[in-house]
Amino acid sequence: MAEITMRQAISDALWEEMEKDERVFIMGQEVGVWGGTYAVTKGFYDHFGEKRVRDTPIAESAIVGGGIGAALAGLRPVTEIMTINFAFVAMDYIVNEAPKMHTMFGGHMRVPLVIRTAGGGGRQLGATHSQTPDAIFAHFPGLKVVSPGTPADAKGLLKAAIRDDNPVLFIEHAAMYQVRGEVPEGDYTVPIGVSKVQREGSDVTVVSYCRGLQLSMQAAQQLEAEGISAEVVDLRSLRPLDMGPVIESFKKTNRAVVVEEGWPSYGVGSEVVTRLYEEAFDYADAPIKRVAQKEVPLPYNQALEQSALPQVADVIAAVKEVL
Amino acid sequence: MTLKKKDHLELYRQMVLIRRVEERAAELYQEGKIGGFLHLYIGQEAVSTGIVSARIAEDRVITAYRDHGVAINCGISAKQVLAELLGKETGISKGRGGSMHMASVENNYWGGHAIVGAHLPIASGMALGDQYLGNQGVTICMFGDGATNIGFFHEGVNLSKVWNLPVLWICENNQYGMGTAVDRASAVEEIHIKAEGYGIPHSRLDDGMDVMKVRSKVAEALDFIRAGNGPYFLEIMTYRFEGHSMGDPQRYRDKEEVTQWEKTDPIGIYHRYLVDEKIASKADLDKIEAAVETETQEAVEFAESSPDPALDTLFDFVYAEGN
Repeated sequence: MAEITMRQAISDALWEEMEKDERVFIMGQEVGVWGGTYAVTKGFYDHFGEKRVRDTPIAESAIVGGGIGAALAGLRPVTEIMTINFAFVAMDYIVNEAPKMHTMFGGHMRVPLVIRTAGGGGRQLGATHSQTPDAIFAHFPGLKVVSPGTPADAKGLLKAAIRDDNPVLFIEHAAMYQVRGEVPEGDYTVPIGVSKVQREGSDVTVVSYCRGLQLSMQAAQQLEAEGISAEVVDLRSLRPLDMGPVIESFKKTNRAVVVEEGWPSYGVGSEVVTRLYEEAFDYADAPIKRVAQKEVPLPYNQALEQSALPQVADVIAAVKEVL
Repeated sequence: MTLKKKDHLELYRQMVLIRRVEERAAELYQEGKIGGFLHLYIGQEAVSTGIVSARIAEDRVITAYRDHGVAINCGISAKQVLAELLGKETGISKGRGGSMHMASVENNYWGGHAIVGAHLPIASGMALGDQYLGNQGVTICMFGDGATNIGFFHEGVNLSKVWNLPVLWICENNQYGMGTAVDRASAVEEIHIKAEGYGIPHSRLDDGMDVMKVRSKVAEALDFIRAGNGPYFLEIMTYRFEGHSMGDPQRYRDKEEVTQWEKTDPIGIYHRYLVDEKIASKADLDKIEAAVETETQEAVEFAESSPDPALDTLFDFVYAEGN
């Protein structure tokens, strides 16, 4: 297994799928000549040409709406919304068009569309450019929402998303492109809608995904030094949500903490905690805790921003509270 | 494409069928058998009939929510339309779509879209698909005057010119967006002038009540696009005789205006043309009207006697299966 960055893993997945299937193409802002705002598609334009690596106007409705149309016409578009904060101006397409078409037209239409985007805070970009609104998108049946926390999952999930006949929102984290991890050799996919135990433990279940997974893994490592054994479950997909491994782990540890970067109200943690209480209430030995962003529009000042974002120390503190 | 007598009779049949199906639909709505909204096309039949008659099979058609007429022109049967209006399993969208969401991929008819203007970027995307795959088809995108004031319109139309996509934009100007007259909502009263801002050739057909004029104008535009000239923008003036939707008190226009327009009934105009030009006899047309009457009656009976979708099919088509 080679150790590569998240950026490389995502780039490799795109490259390999484009080599394999002529119908796969990329469209978005600065994906071509520029090479991608986060350099994920660097070199693609020269290799695949402007037909398959399409720079678009700054017009998110045209990007996602156009992607839907191209998907209906038989292509497999990978559209890119530069950051998830701009997804709001294409909201109609992401939540009200793409996820509705197969069912609303009685199965006539298929929308094999990927919408890649990057979210998350911590880069001093201010309130409009730093959000983690994943839960909003995960609210809608018909859409699949994935958000990987490791390079191996990023590569496998993106390939699965491209091969899927449904619209998939693929949420990356803007501050995680340099994260390194081991990636299997050769062609593989990671199934959408399957959670995974990323670290085994016996005292407490820490449920997370994406950037929250990083925090949770670091917290678990520090807790180990204190003799606390944390099991870390990575959701990887927010819809469909696979609660199986979460519940299995909770039945073993009887204690849980859910970690996410977004706001707690109506969030991913709210959903996971509710499902744990509904499906495994009898196994709870302590109230389940959530670790999330403070309920403020994220400020620019670095110290203020960091104080609003969940930290490793917050995860450790929450674990100690539930023990 | 010169029309033979049988072709004329077929177009006349379609126009009368749309009228009768919708008249019956209005009755069924009053009887409480149709739920939700019901937007009638009555008065505008020459527009969709002329447009669809000019297309080749490879040309895609996509429209807004006033879609029953276009659906019939594109080959969806009166049975499938009425069954859908009644929410039945035998409806074109298996009872999942209703009045505003009818489509048939088989007939290259892509719906039936209920968010005003949202289908325009999708149309550009479908045209991109055809351009990418080297297909000959043009995407014919129909929308109302009201749709030209929303952002989607501008993003979709701009993209079509940036990429020189084979799209025929057709604004059906029926002079009201719901109850708001064009001059109260649009910066320019002649909608086609908006295409100027995107460098797209454009024109207006003042008489959209004459199916032959519509057909000839659309055929010309399709030839222009198929010759590789990129998109074209056509505005067609028309008038809806009924309210925006069922139950519209129509306070925004006076009775006299409606009566005046009814004198230019598209079916009456075509009837006179066929008889005056000695293309068909009054007896020929009577025969068609009688046949349509029977077909409509049978379609109503079919729809009423069709089963509702089984409750255990609730989750069907939420996600497309397989790849």
